[in-house]
Amino acid sequence: MLTRRAFLNQSAALGAGALAPMLIAPWARAAAGAGPAALSGAHFDLSVSRARVVVEGRESGAVLVNQVFPGPLLRWREGDDVMINVANLLDEDTSIHWHGVLLPAGMDGVPGVSFPGIRPHETFRYRFPVKQAGTYWYHSHSGLQEQIGHYGPIIIDPRNADPVAFDREHVVMLGDWTYDSPEKLFRKLKKSSEAFNYQKRTLGDFFSDAGDAGLGAAFAERAMWGDMRMAPTDIADVTGAVYAYLINGRGPGDNWTGLFAPGERVRLRIINASAMTIFNLRIPGLAMRVVQADGLNVEPVETDEIQIGVAETYDVIVEPADRAYTVFAETIDRSGFARGTLSPREGMTADVPELRERPVLTMRDMAMRHGAHGASMSAASMNEEMNHGAMDHSAMGHGDNGHGGMDHGSMQIAAAQTHDHPSGVGVDMLAEAPTNRLADRGVGLENVSHRVLTYAQLISLDENPDQRPPGRKIELHLTGNMARYMWSFDGVKFSDVDAPILFHEGERLRLTLVNDTMMNHPIHLHGMFFDVVTGDHVKKPRKHTITVKPGDRLSLDVTADAPGEWAFHCHLLYHMAAGMMQTVKVHAMAGMDHGGHDMGHSHRIDESGETGAEETGHDAHKAHDMSHEGRH
Amino acid sequence: MRAATFLLPVLVAASQANAQEVINPEETAMVRAHMIKHHGGAALTYVEGERFEYQSNEGDPVFLWDAQGFYGGDVNKFWVKTEGEYDFSASEFEEAEVQALYSRAVGSFWDLQAGVRHDFAPFEDRTYGVVGVQGLAPYLFEIDAAAFISGHGDVTARLEAEYELLLTQRLILQPRAELNFAFQDIPELETGAGLSTAEAGLRLRYEIRREFAPYVGVSWTRSLGDTADYVRAAGDDAGSTSFVAGVRFWF
Repeated sequence: MLTRRAFLNQSAALGAGALAPMLIAPWARAAAGAGPAALSGAHFDLSVSRARVVVEGRESGAVLVNQVFPGPLLRWREGDDVMINVANLLDEDTSIHWHGVLLPAGMDGVPGVSFPGIRPHETFRYRFPVKQAGTYWYHSHSGLQEQIGHYGPIIIDPRNADPVAFDREHVVMLGDWTYDSPEKLFRKLKKSSEAFNYQKRTLGDFFSDAGDAGLGAAFAERAMWGDMRMAPTDIADVTGAVYAYLINGRGPGDNWTGLFAPGERVRLRIINASAMTIFNLRIPGLAMRVVQADGLNVEPVETDEIQIGVAETYDVIVEPADRAYTVFAETIDRSGFARGTLSPREGMTADVPELRERPVLTMRDMAMRHGAHGASMSAASMNEEMNHGAMDHSAMGHGDNGHGGMDHGSMQIAAAQTHDHPSGVGVDMLAEAPTNRLADRGVGLENVSHRVLTYAQLISLDENPDQRPPGRKIELHLTGNMARYMWSFDGVKFSDVDAPILFHEGERLRLTLVNDTMMNHPIHLHGMFFDVVTGDHVKKPRKHTITVKPGDRLSLDVTADAPGEWAFHCHLLYHMAAGMMQTVKVHAMAGMDHGGHDMGHSHRIDESGETGAEETGHDAHKAHDMSHEGRH
Repeated sequence: MRAATFLLPVLVAASQANAQEVINPEETAMVRAHMIKHHGGAALTYVEGERFEYQSNEGDPVFLWDAQGFYGGDVNKFWVKTEGEYDFSASEFEEAEVQALYSRAVGSFWDLQAGVRHDFAPFEDRTYGVVGVQGLAPYLFEIDAAAFISGHGDVTARLEAEYELLLTQRLILQPRAELNFAFQDIPELETGAGLSTAEAGLRLRYEIRREFAPYVGVSWTRSLGDTADYVRAAGDDAGSTSFVAGVRFWF
């Protein structure tokens, strides 16, 4: 245990470190060897402190881990017990959340949910067994510290042979940087949600569209958006007008460079550590073989461009020739880009592509009833729609259901609840006819000529550990009011929620997310992985964070094997701060085998409420009807 | 000291499946309340100078202000509005009013507002009760509509509408209209029943930053009906056209 004296000595040493001219993390420096420099082992001492960092030649304030930016790369080994002392040298609370890492709830690092946070000048000791392998990351869950540098990568080496073969690896950590205070940025969004958008449609765009499509069509299209009081150019809330975009803490001009020897298989561990920015990442001239998503292995799939949501990770293998390549991460709204270089020698660069024209949202994003169903219906969406029947519309706000255990009595209490479609001042629209968009390319990439990764292409390398069909369904709507900058689940901000979403320990359940908004939301559940329902099979890709597209309706199977209370939120930092967060409480079941696989779910839990006897089943006709009926 | 007492339960917690029950519940509750408040429940202060402008007013120039601001959360706000005109040649306020309102979000795009309005000019101090709505109408018209009832029982109403047309990302043309109604003759205010005054403006602003934009424009005002008769009887023109120049800001 750290004594106070030991802690003070340690902080004095760290204080001296703050005077170092370069704050760049060793792992993020150009001259990396076969692997990036890491803190490795089972015992780590970290500190969190204020610092000044220089991004693109401009200095501003940061909150850093160990006085480097980004934070140090932590390298763990599957099966080890790690102990991490985190000393808070700030004058405010801090925390570290281990994003995607499966651990006891008390170690998850969310103040007010799993622990009380780390008070100023105190040290918290995290200790947990490492149960998985792969690429993850860590970040603050206190205030808005995550925006200004309080994050870093984690690599967990597998206990057994890595199915992914590679000769060299680099971490590619994407970020967005504000020279201003994040609090100010958030307040500005609350006051004027479009304050950072300089890509709105102008009168010139109108005449241009009128020239292309005819005056009537251009006017009708404007009228439709105007009628909804929406703008098709609301793609990103915070844009290149104020952000600098980073790879490994470096702006485009700073040009982070990763070295390789020609002929090597290079593993890029791509982590989107942005506060607010979804990126389109590509390496012109180089195909990327995706081998891992959110830390878990997938069957290799080759692609040319990946839209990566905030907090998601992808590991890709590239095999570069003897030349330099640009790692180009364009923001989803194309207001800016992060750029780095992969190069056989230092000092080489490659062409930096132009930003492509900013996208506009489409009818499909709007999920309007007419038109939307003309679009293709993927296998994934068919499968999902087939299971529409037994929806639990009553997940929120009555957390006491089922405390008596998983008997029919508690089911009936739940069944008596009726679902209110989200409404109220925090909801400015509803998706009338949402569709499953797992097979869709990301916003703005619909028509690019090269390959683009979709969720439907991800196939887990390993069979899913829990192959039970879901016994219960919960439907949640992602809701918002753009003009008021309110964001929520089911129209209820976290500040107005009175009870957690309740999971029963050991149960397998299906979480269906419906995006009623016009924005992409990277949704993250702490403590448990989502098995993304891309089809009716046992190799569903497993993710800790999934980007739900506008007008999307997708399903995630979850095994509630982690007792305790867990954060569940949109990983866009200011959406979370505006209320798009709740907690999931996995209610411990007495006598529960924590393995969670022998629940003997002989009965299906049906909470659809109205028919009472709906199957979770496979009734394709019903699916079809439901999808056309849409919402009301 | 605190670190040590804090670490102990945590170490215990580390071996437990669910640490929540082990960690100091009071401290956790306090942190939790703070955390929850900062996920959707924070209050905000906002100030907007919609029009701060010089009006040529056909050789009788005036300074016009039109500002508002609020303090509050997403639903409940305390809202203050003020507007008025200062006549340079007469060195006096032609109009000056302040409203203090409770504002409640009642729909996705609308706030219902109620409170008091006090006028300092042009006539003797007068106080009104106010009920109004403010928000965004379909097709993105910004609307502020209010009814006023004076201490004498006179009822008047005002409707303001604005629209924004982007010529470029920063050059924005804003048409604006304002209509004032009286529901009865109010001789002491020289106002006749019906539509009493109408105002239309067109302002072209350049947003140096979104928060700060100088502008130029034209503004046309006219008194109508019996109200116009009062104006003419006083020897003034019932209508006037102004060149305007000013700044718009918010913070």
